[in-house]
Amino acid sequence: MTQLDMPAQAPVLTQDGRPLKASLSRALRREKLRAFVLILPLLAFVLLTFAAPIVDMLLRSVDNSIVPQTLPRTVVALELWDPQTDELPEEPAYAALVEDLREAVAQKMHTRLGSRLNYEQSGFSSLMRKSGRAVETISGSDVKGQLIAADSAWADPQIWRTLKLYSGTTTKGYFLSALDARQTLDGVEMLPEGERIYLMLFGRTLMMSLTITLLCALIGYPVAFLLAQLPMRTSNMLMILVLLPFWTSLLVRTSAWKVLLQQQGVINDMLVWIGLISDGNRLVMMNNATGTIIAMTHILLPFMILPLYSVMKTISPSYMRAARSLGANDWTAFWRIYFPQSVPGIGAGAVLVFILAIGYYITPELVGGTSGIFISNRIAYHISSSLNWGLAAALGALLLIAVLVLFYVYDKVVGIDNVKLG
Amino acid sequence: MSSLPSYASPLQRTWHYTFRIICGLIFFFLVFPILVIIPLSFNAQDFFTFTPEMLALDPAGYSTKHYVDFFTNPDWQKALKNSFMIAPTATLLATVLGTLAAIGLSQPHVPFRSVIMAILISPMIVPLIIAAAGMYFFYSRIGLQGTYWGVVMAHAVLGTPFVIITVTATLVGFDNSLVRAAASMGAGPITTFFKVQMPLILPGVVSGALFAFITSFDEVVVVLFLGSASQKTLPWQMFIGLREQISPTILAVASIMVVLSVVLLTVLELLRRRSERLRGVTPA
Repeated sequence: MTQLDMPAQAPVLTQDGRPLKASLSRALRREKLRAFVLILPLLAFVLLTFAAPIVDMLLRSVDNSIVPQTLPRTVVALELWDPQTDELPEEPAYAALVEDLREAVAQKMHTRLGSRLNYEQSGFSSLMRKSGRAVETISGSDVKGQLIAADSAWADPQIWRTLKLYSGTTTKGYFLSALDARQTLDGVEMLPEGERIYLMLFGRTLMMSLTITLLCALIGYPVAFLLAQLPMRTSNMLMILVLLPFWTSLLVRTSAWKVLLQQQGVINDMLVWIGLISDGNRLVMMNNATGTIIAMTHILLPFMILPLYSVMKTISPSYMRAARSLGANDWTAFWRIYFPQSVPGIGAGAVLVFILAIGYYITPELVGGTSGIFISNRIAYHISSSLNWGLAAALGALLLIAVLVLFYVYDKVVGIDNVKLG
Repeated sequence: MSSLPSYASPLQRTWHYTFRIICGLIFFFLVFPILVIIPLSFNAQDFFTFTPEMLALDPAGYSTKHYVDFFTNPDWQKALKNSFMIAPTATLLATVLGTLAAIGLSQPHVPFRSVIMAILISPMIVPLIIAAAGMYFFYSRIGLQGTYWGVVMAHAVLGTPFVIITVTATLVGFDNSLVRAAASMGAGPITTFFKVQMPLILPGVVSGALFAFITSFDEVVVVLFLGSASQKTLPWQMFIGLREQISPTILAVASIMVVLSVVLLTVLELLRRRSERLRGVTPA
């Protein structure tokens, strides 16, 4: 009541006597804090169990600390040496190397260093093993001569050049390998045409994902169109046919295709039975790119149909009717009126399918053979078989960048908040 | 398009039926591979195709021996047990954390909302192989690689985006004055949450939990890298079976899983309808 009698410039007070402004901002702060406290557990959980591993992997793709850590003295000694000359480093460098290697052997690090450097120049692995044994017996003066006697590779300036080139704590080496290039003294150079496997694999992953996306759009469009036109009851029934594959385990669908596409499988049997192909030349539809494309199109099709359907549902049928009444034939009405309105749905579905496709691992691994595998399969190979983790991390980082760029596009076109499930 | 008018020209008639046939073929393509494995799984032979006896509907051509193998083979049983040990824990973790975060995110004033959202949704976007690689490196460093909890945490984090999305969707229709009404009548925040908010957003929470469950139950890439032999799950066992010696037992397992997904699909559909009824949204 008293507030009315106050001069206009005096602050408005709440019942407990605080200025209203302060009270409101306090309430807002508490509200923000409350929201944040609710989010915090999950945020911490995701950061720890998911984001940290990804960042760790990204760091690993440039990490080269094993060389300066295992050979600290050698790295310092090599600073004086000019790798451009054809001359070998001086005696102190050899002495430093022997001393470093002795410590490395004690910690069993020399074999790991060998495999690290072997990625850059083959031969390092055996060189390190051999030299690791030899350093036990080296003593006195002329360490250089003794080391060269133990393994003549140490008389090759190229070995020393590689060592010097990869003596930093970080390296571009893995990323260069992932792009089929290598570091030389004169800068970066591409590998010879025949050895460019990763660019070829990236290219294939992109091409096959694009093919799969295109096929999904072509096959998915008519179905989504039909579902959007039919009365609700019928379309809900037919929708089950789309949702069933969506909900079925990925491995179940992949095994189904593996069984169907075999040379002794159901599809070939059927084709032979109706006489389309002879028993002698059954189609090879598996363990190649065809197998991957067929199976992945089937697996990713629901991701195209569902967003397409939700966009088509919003297109009012009166536009088509108006076009027809103005004299357009069926095709013109569809192509000029309906289709342009359904393009956002195609965009949303296509980006979604493409993002999912380029990171696929299981299906190409099981039905792709050698000509139908993706970059993911190569990453898995480097993690579990060749143990070149740095290269796996670099390939993964490149794939991640591609996905994030695409996702940015998706967010701009559709918006993350509009992602709907089922 | 939905029904043909009586004045349709022969051309329109032909196109109408052609289009339906095309759509029929596509639906066939969608479900045939999934449904065909069910009869194949009853094959009495160790073949992956229909034998002449099966085509003649001769009972001798059919047998349940692959199912018997699944339920008696210790490898498969261990994998099944592991899957049911890992998936529920991961689901619980994902659902609790995800629901709280979704409620937090739906408040009107959240600082750095879009950044937080991007981080929380990221497990759904990053390709599994990259997540698996990163987790493999990082978890081996902190000693979680090859442990039960390592796999559970990885699966939980992969399931959380689904919980956030489904719960956020139910919260869109949530009337915040209900919370204020409860508070004005003296209910504490915890009572309000369990008595007022939870029953209304329950359908979203349950369908999020189902998504989280299926994510874990169906996940193979991460567990391949993170797990050790004692965490071998059903999908892992199937993956090995498919890659190395493809055994017909896989078809029996696959058929069981198809039935499981049909059940899941039905539950989700019922939940969706219930949620719409509760929130007073009439189906479009």
